[in-house]
Amino acid sequence: MLEVGHRLFRFPGGLKLEHHKRESLVEPLLRLPLPEHLYLPLVQHQGPAGQLLVTPGQTVLKGQPLSRARSDREVPIHAPSSGRVVGQRRWPVSWPPGSEADCIVLETDAEEHWIERHPRPDWAAIEPTELIEMLRAGGLAGLGGAMFPTAAKLRGDWEAPGIHTLILNGSECEPWISCDESLMRGRPEAVIEGGLILARALGADEIVIGIEDLMGGVGRTLERAAAEVGGARQVRVVRVARIYPEGGERQLIQVLTGAEVPHDGLPQDLGLACLNVATAATARDIIVEGKPLIERIVTVTGPAITRPRNVIAPLGASLSELIAFAGGLKGPVERLVLGGPMSGLPLTSDRIPVIKGSNCVLALGPDDTRRSQPEMPCINCGECVRVCPASLLPQQLFLAARTEDHDETAALHLFDCIECGCCAQVCPSHIPLVDWYRHEKGLLRERGIEDGRANRARARFEAREHRLAAREDQRRRKREAREQRLIQQAAAKSEVQAALERVRARTDGPEDEQGDRTP
Amino acid sequence: MRLTVAGAPHLPPISTVSGVMRQVLYALLPGVLGHVWFFGPGILIQIALAVGFALSFETLMLKARGKPLQPFIGDYSAVVTGVLFALCIPPLAPWWISLVGMLFAIVIAKQLYGGLGYNLFNPAMVGFAAVIVAFPLELSQWLAPRSLSPGLPGLAETLQAILSGALPAGSNWDAISQATPLDALKIGVAENRLVSEIRSSPIFGDFGGQGWEWIANLYAVGGLWLLYRRVISWHVPAAILVTVIAVSTPMWLLGPDTNPSAPQHIFSGALVLAAFFIATDPVSGCSTMKGRLLFGIGVAILTLAIRRFGGYPDGVAFAVLLMNMAAPLIDRLTRPRTYGH
Repeated sequence: MLEVGHRLFRFPGGLKLEHHKRESLVEPLLRLPLPEHLYLPLVQHQGPAGQLLVTPGQTVLKGQPLSRARSDREVPIHAPSSGRVVGQRRWPVSWPPGSEADCIVLETDAEEHWIERHPRPDWAAIEPTELIEMLRAGGLAGLGGAMFPTAAKLRGDWEAPGIHTLILNGSECEPWISCDESLMRGRPEAVIEGGLILARALGADEIVIGIEDLMGGVGRTLERAAAEVGGARQVRVVRVARIYPEGGERQLIQVLTGAEVPHDGLPQDLGLACLNVATAATARDIIVEGKPLIERIVTVTGPAITRPRNVIAPLGASLSELIAFAGGLKGPVERLVLGGPMSGLPLTSDRIPVIKGSNCVLALGPDDTRRSQPEMPCINCGECVRVCPASLLPQQLFLAARTEDHDETAALHLFDCIECGCCAQVCPSHIPLVDWYRHEKGLLRERGIEDGRANRARARFEAREHRLAAREDQRRRKREAREQRLIQQAAAKSEVQAALERVRARTDGPEDEQGDRTP
Repeated sequence: MRLTVAGAPHLPPISTVSGVMRQVLYALLPGVLGHVWFFGPGILIQIALAVGFALSFETLMLKARGKPLQPFIGDYSAVVTGVLFALCIPPLAPWWISLVGMLFAIVIAKQLYGGLGYNLFNPAMVGFAAVIVAFPLELSQWLAPRSLSPGLPGLAETLQAILSGALPAGSNWDAISQATPLDALKIGVAENRLVSEIRSSPIFGDFGGQGWEWIANLYAVGGLWLLYRRVISWHVPAAILVTVIAVSTPMWLLGPDTNPSAPQHIFSGALVLAAFFIATDPVSGCSTMKGRLLFGIGVAILTLAIRRFGGYPDGVAFAVLLMNMAAPLIDRLTRPRTYGH
């Protein structure tokens, strides 16, 4: 079995960045005052929207589902507060940048009337499949930023080997973001208990929490909490070196195990599952408190924020309200970013609502970000090659992408680019390399060239469909055969019946007739 | 609120092309000063001429190609080309050597290939190869170093010599010029003299040539600073120096009479300059780390081969140009294994 976190390894490349975490950890973690309106995008995860359950004008209770998942790819959303559904509206969202999406507008009533909850502190007695159902119904999606439906991850790929170790990712490698650190400091026991619940759902024996070595007392806090919750035997805290992007799922696995996730595979192929610490804490809240995912911790920070801090915000709160809660902006703002400075999304508006994956709002002034500079030609300096954590050749990928040589970009393994931004950050020619890769990935997908994972997923899907169809076919044939048999039996029976009846008729008949005929 | 919407990363960039080039220029400073000390102020005039011609040609070509002047003149790449070229030619070489050299370097090798980033060959070395092939006499007239010279020409005399070809009154080329150590070795070995015998000439110093060895040391100091600043990676210089030692040492041990030792190779000619400043040119070199090692090994082997068997005393320029041709292929053959593959 793969050893996780007993010995640490180094991934190639990466960058040492100024971390800027302290700024937002000075102020205490507080809850955002409830906004009057919440804007809840129907899709807050990777996948299609769930089935809408509410109509305009309807009053809802806090925690009431607003949509329903019909499959593991769908994730329901819930009312973060009691109030009235005003209706649906197109509203600015973070992805794709500059776009709008369907949002449920909820007018809050400040009454905090909860829907009936079903806390299950006895989760250790609940079957894993039922736990997964409960987490799905609670609207859980990856809170690290990718918002992958957690139920789908937990259910896993039934063809791959079982999962022996759950890795909880607490190594928040992007500069400025501190929401996970804030959570681990403030609610360590929730992280641990959530981890135990997720491990039960996965059938994993061991939990390894990967945190950064620069997080100070967080490791000890978690270990103490593990002892209190009773998970000390199962839980191990491992401190990894802060080299961006060591918190990337694939990089963290490499650091903890020395093994690499196959390019067309999943962590499950190594017997691993990797989930964010905030996802674990939320899983705990869903099961133990019966409280669905309706709020999250968001870091509001950056050089242009007056009092950077972490804040517990209801989903649907607009970023402007979070910024105001952090003392507002100081000085001019050049860029507003959702996420970290290395891979975060540029925002077009501060009206964008908090969603499940919103970990950080970063406000950068004119001197804290890159101004529009003339882009110089690539001088082949190779810095990008040195820092690429996936061991790609970024400059060759760029040249191939620019000349639209799609075969070449695929051959250079474009789809293994994790878009961490290291290459673009060190480029002396200031070429927006990641933009080029995103664009080229889109072009490749349009041409039907998929990445290895998608290919394998499709192959698996088709194999599964095929198998299910075969099984269905077999079942149908069996059923038909059985029906045939039953019909034959029935027919045989009916013949016997008929004969018997005839016999009975003969014996009874005359009497009846006689009786009938009795005057 | 007016927000700039641009893709990640959002942090200010940590380096610029002009910054990289400027650091290369700073790193050359110790070597240039050493050059001035040992061979007089000629090198400064050659640098001024070569840089002047380089920038003029660059400007003309950018205009002709309809490219903006500011970013490309301001990137200092033409300045680096000019300085590297000047460091390879004799301090009293006539002014038109720089003109011809920069014509080939900037106009042909760089701008006609598409300008910064698109040249297949190292521009400075293309310029140097052109003039050494075309004007071998002018390129062989080196001065004797300070310690062996009755008196180095002063600034005015040097300027006059470069611009008009007129040497100071009372001197002639035979009096002031001297074969470089590599020339002396080449000719000596060809005359069947022993290396130890050749090396007894005063033009040789402790490791390499008188004066030359110290200039090489000063180039190395600048080169190490570039390594420290991460402007260059260690792969190319290490591969060149290690290969020179690994190849020349056994030959020297087997035939000390006909083969110079490794220090003799390293500390004469342009080997150290090439190892840190010329073969490390990113545009015309390899970009994979393994490729850079192979590139350096190739430059070293070809340099030694040309020095030993070729028609020119030093082979660095040709070695670099030959390896420039091989660089794209080497890059293709040395692709690193991608994560998960």
